[in-house]
Amino acid sequence: MSLWKKISDFLTSGYSEQAPKPTPSKTFEYIKDNSIENSSLKENSMSHTISMTVNGKACDGEVEARTLLVDFIRDNLRLTGTNIGCDTSQCGSCTIMMNGKSVKSCTTLAVQADGSTVTTIEGLATNGNLHPLQQAFWDEHGLQCGFCTPGMIMASVGILQDNPNPSENEIRHSLEGNICRCTGYQNIVKAVQSASKSMKGAA
Amino acid sequence: MGNYIGKSEKRVEDPRFIQGKGNYVANLSMPDMAHVAVLRSPHAHANIKSINTDAAKAMEGVIDVFVGQDLIDGGVGQMPVIWQVPENKIPVRWPLTPDKVRHVGDSVAAVVAEDAYIARDALDLIEVDYEVLPATTGAETTTGDGKPLVHDEIENNITFKWGLGDKEACDKAFDEADHVIEVDIENQRLIANAMEPRACAAQWTASTEEMTVWTTSQNPHIIRFGLSAVTLPEIPEHKLRVISPDVGGGFGSKIFHYPEEIILPWVAKRVNRPVKWVATRSESFMTDSQGRDHVQHCKMAVTKDGSITGLHVELYADMGAYLSSIAPLIPTVICITLFSGLYKIPGIWGHTTGTLTNTVPVDAYRGAGRPEASFLVERLVDMAAKELGMDPIEFRRKNFIPKDEFPYQTPVAFLYDSGDYHAMMDKAEENAGYSDMRKAQENAKKEGRLVGVGVSGCVEASGYGPAATVGALGFYGGMWEHGSIRVHPTGRVTVFSGSHSHGQGHETTFAQIVADKLGVHVADVDVVHGDTDLVTQGMGTYGSRSVAVGGEALVNAATEIRNKLVELAAHLLEASVDDMVYDDQNGKAHVKGVEDKAKTFGELAFAAYSGHSLPEGMDPGLEQASYYNPGNFTFPCSAHIVQVEVDKDTGEIEIQRYVAIEDCGNVINPMVVEGQIIGGVVQGVGQALYEHGIYDDSGQLVTGSMLDYAMPRADNLPMIESDRTETPSPSNSLGVKGVGEMGSISSPPAIVNAVVDALADYGVKHIDMPLTSEKIWNIINSNGG
Amino acid sequence: MHPGKFEYHKAGSIDEAVSLGGGDASFLAGGHSLIPAMKLRLSEPSSLVDISGIDELKGISRDGDTVKIGALTTHSEVASSDVVKNGCAALAEAAGMIGDPQVRNRGTIGGNVAHADPASDYPGILVALGATIVTNSQSVAAEDFFTGLFETALGEGEIVTEVQVPTMGSASGAAYAKFYNPASRYAVVGVGVVVTKSGDSCESCRIGVTGASDHAYRATAAEEALTGSDLGDGAIAAAAAKIADGTEMMSDLSASAEYRAHLCGAIGKRAIAEAASRA
Repeated sequence: MSLWKKISDFLTSGYSEQAPKPTPSKTFEYIKDNSIENSSLKENSMSHTISMTVNGKACDGEVEARTLLVDFIRDNLRLTGTNIGCDTSQCGSCTIMMNGKSVKSCTTLAVQADGSTVTTIEGLATNGNLHPLQQAFWDEHGLQCGFCTPGMIMASVGILQDNPNPSENEIRHSLEGNICRCTGYQNIVKAVQSASKSMKGAA
Repeated sequence: MGNYIGKSEKRVEDPRFIQGKGNYVANLSMPDMAHVAVLRSPHAHANIKSINTDAAKAMEGVIDVFVGQDLIDGGVGQMPVIWQVPENKIPVRWPLTPDKVRHVGDSVAAVVAEDAYIARDALDLIEVDYEVLPATTGAETTTGDGKPLVHDEIENNITFKWGLGDKEACDKAFDEADHVIEVDIENQRLIANAMEPRACAAQWTASTEEMTVWTTSQNPHIIRFGLSAVTLPEIPEHKLRVISPDVGGGFGSKIFHYPEEIILPWVAKRVNRPVKWVATRSESFMTDSQGRDHVQHCKMAVTKDGSITGLHVELYADMGAYLSSIAPLIPTVICITLFSGLYKIPGIWGHTTGTLTNTVPVDAYRGAGRPEASFLVERLVDMAAKELGMDPIEFRRKNFIPKDEFPYQTPVAFLYDSGDYHAMMDKAEENAGYSDMRKAQENAKKEGRLVGVGVSGCVEASGYGPAATVGALGFYGGMWEHGSIRVHPTGRVTVFSGSHSHGQGHETTFAQIVADKLGVHVADVDVVHGDTDLVTQGMGTYGSRSVAVGGEALVNAATEIRNKLVELAAHLLEASVDDMVYDDQNGKAHVKGVEDKAKTFGELAFAAYSGHSLPEGMDPGLEQASYYNPGNFTFPCSAHIVQVEVDKDTGEIEIQRYVAIEDCGNVINPMVVEGQIIGGVVQGVGQALYEHGIYDDSGQLVTGSMLDYAMPRADNLPMIESDRTETPSPSNSLGVKGVGEMGSISSPPAIVNAVVDALADYGVKHIDMPLTSEKIWNIINSNGG
Repeated sequence: MHPGKFEYHKAGSIDEAVSLGGGDASFLAGGHSLIPAMKLRLSEPSSLVDISGIDELKGISRDGDTVKIGALTTHSEVASSDVVKNGCAALAEAAGMIGDPQVRNRGTIGGNVAHADPASDYPGILVALGATIVTNSQSVAAEDFFTGLFETALGEGEIVTEVQVPTMGSASGAAYAKFYNPASRYAVVGVGVVVTKSGDSCESCRIGVTGASDHAYRATAAEEALTGSDLGDGAIAAAAAKIADGTEMMSDLSASAEYRAHLCGAIGKRAIAEAASRA
């Protein structure tokens, strides 16, 4: 008995006799002509042309009406910094700035953003210099796995815009639209506090 | 003494994350890439009478649709259980079920389409004729006679039984006890909800017959082994590359071998295009292995002077509809072995019955077995203290294992490595101002306010683990760890680690360890992990094992390199090896007492690679691989003190102060360690106050989205006051114990103890988690509040 | 996560919107009630009519004793508007409690009111304030506008154009208090109160409740109990205890009917006390 069969049996021990047996008549050929050029996908009759300014650059694209803004940003524009963490608009990982306000891009259609000015996490640094919030998140260990981080930072941009000198409670309350599973929020709050000081100093 | 261990170096991971350049699987885009969507069962239990995929296949933009039997005919293997306990009955589990669905979310078919939207549309066109069957739920109740069987061949839905301890000593303790404290506890089902949903991608290169799989896994090497050895044997291990790039959190839920890891490469080969699947959050809720779900019947025997003499626990652990990869381990081997807690308890007996229900499979979730153990011990301890009229800290101190008795052999197999529980509790009391807290509580009581103070003291087993031990206990492999250090001719260093970082910061902390030992600048050390082509082997990250095992492997590799550096330097300096010393602060080897008779690390690195002048018997090159098999587990511990206030009107609980003292031995990076502690505490707060994966009687997951499954938000907490004591572990040269899970273990009992304390006048003995406001209000209301 | 297919039209005027609407079409403003439902495919309209570009639906203004809020006004605009804060501060506060900052930047008062989620905040405070919902074809008092579970007085193809809110007189005070669902942050119970004093006693009051029942309602039994009272703790508690009277409480994962009824009292007490202190 081969070593692998032994291991395989051990790992699924006892009940493999009960499992459905393969039917030898069915085989799978490699499906050769499956490339996208040969696909049956025709011109989408429901496509819309949209244009917007993203991170300072004019962008346009063809989308379906149903294409979510977050998918347009991630898939069409290949700006994958904005993340998708839920499908009920709770988690805030998809937060961007749209026309100067923090917005959940997963709950916005790309067509609704036609003509807008959008800033994503990739557009926050200027001339290679980190935004004070980015620097603060780094200095204060305000991230661990990093997945909620772009949304947290963009939401924080909105928070400090509306309230440049927030108290700890105000920061905590304003982050109610953003969920983090790693940090317990403590260092995120400290990062926003730290950034508010350095941004005030620079103003 | 090197330069980096013990320092709070800023993380090198962060620049990419703060700039939105994280490399998550969902971000992958390859030319010609197609998208996969998986059809999930809406029923908890049903026979599949037929599946018709014709309409779905005919949809514009759909490439193909596959069902369970297709994959079985196409050679996939049953999904393995890689940690088994004796006489474990293993249910059959295929990546796509061919005949019967056993939980809401069970996978039924896979669509491959040009984009994710079309794939989702196509799911609606797959016609499945379900014959709905009655479902069984409830960890204990599912074993009743007449209950529907989740798997026909597994009687009474009991998949394993496991006991540990000394039943005789335990029974004797209860016979002779002055007090017997009894409580039934339900440790509720939790859903990990790492912020990144699971994702998987695969690319088949026909010309070289090589398969690459990207997966959001905490342990890519184990996945590679599982695929090539069992579930996708058509791809041999040496032709299979598994990459876990940046992974957005795991907490255990990304350890396991999942169906999509089999489906995606199998499909990639059949359609001859790269393919990608990304879970929606709703899918994650019904497919990611879930946590906890115990029904525990517990009793503690105590003498009248407050000594714990016995602990007896009969527990039922709901495993869900299938056994997830290491599920049998969680309520047995790494649960009952912690029943001694911080205490000397002569007679312990614990017994687990692992049961099956028509719910999503259950497996490790942050703490994995230890929170379930610590919670019951700490609740019993608090109840015992109350019954005896003793302060809860005083009662704990009386029963603590004294520091001079370490290493301490518990009656439940584990040998605790080191600890000073009294000092740890001293610090907790001091930082909390415990006596002032109690005074403030008295004053609040006079004002009619419900303020409570709660304590917990917990220990856990980390640093998994000695290979022979884990093998004997049921693991297919060994929990050694692999680390490799490659010095380059220019003196830079690349570290390859079998550990995987999905938030833990290994790229920073492992660089600190290696830079510290070699005396190089930490910025000259790059850490690579998560790719089976680059890192030859590994066991991955879970069980708080990375620094204790992965870190130590690198220390061993670094030691070998230092030995070679010293030998080479001696040769070049024409000195004797015994006269040489390695200065790891300045990165040079020199003659003892003669500092300028030295060769720097850089000079030696180049010399090793040029090979112009090497001592007899020395090969050129400067790299070292190490496999470290730990001699023991490690035993971090903690003491937490929490102050809460209960709103009499609504039952809401406010955490007013949270003091956490952790002892995880030595630490590499205090900032990173504190982040783990606080993150863990907050997840524990989630279990204590908010989270509950609720299934109704028909097996429907009622809390199936973030709209209903509540998790802590920033405004639910105050700043957590975190501090540490350090009793180094004798188990490894770094003296480290690991810290990733401790916070989530100690916070639920601390909080529940505090709330029970707040409600003391209402005659409350115990409240099951989560302590929702309605639950608390009911207690107040039914007691004339 | 991915909505089904639909047609999308952007309307340039109210007339155009009305002509495109009706049948299986839905109006789209901020989309923060509609799009989440479409992503889960709980709602599958065949067409969306985007009204967000219609200027007549925008703007906040004060017209005598009435604050007029265009249907497209976002929750954050209401929360930060000086006109609203000066005219009826409780409405601004209530708007600031909806969802989270990102949601408030997109969700609109018109959309929120038309969607009539039983757990949303506006219905409770608007009923209390005695607001009027103005559409392209009628004006309806808020307390008559919310008729059932996700049901309103809107006919097919009818659009909310404006919400009109009477300003607070000098003898009146208003407040809104909410018990948050810890997961969704919707209102398990939300109580809006307006108290008008005469001397130290309550001359009249209005109490609007959301979250507790399948639609927002006026707690008339509680209002009767409070009217004429001395607004002391006892009177407030007694009135608040009647907020749930005569109405069927919802029972769901958030709260049982019994707990909801209790919360009506507990939260109502807070709202009444705050409103009274501001009068």
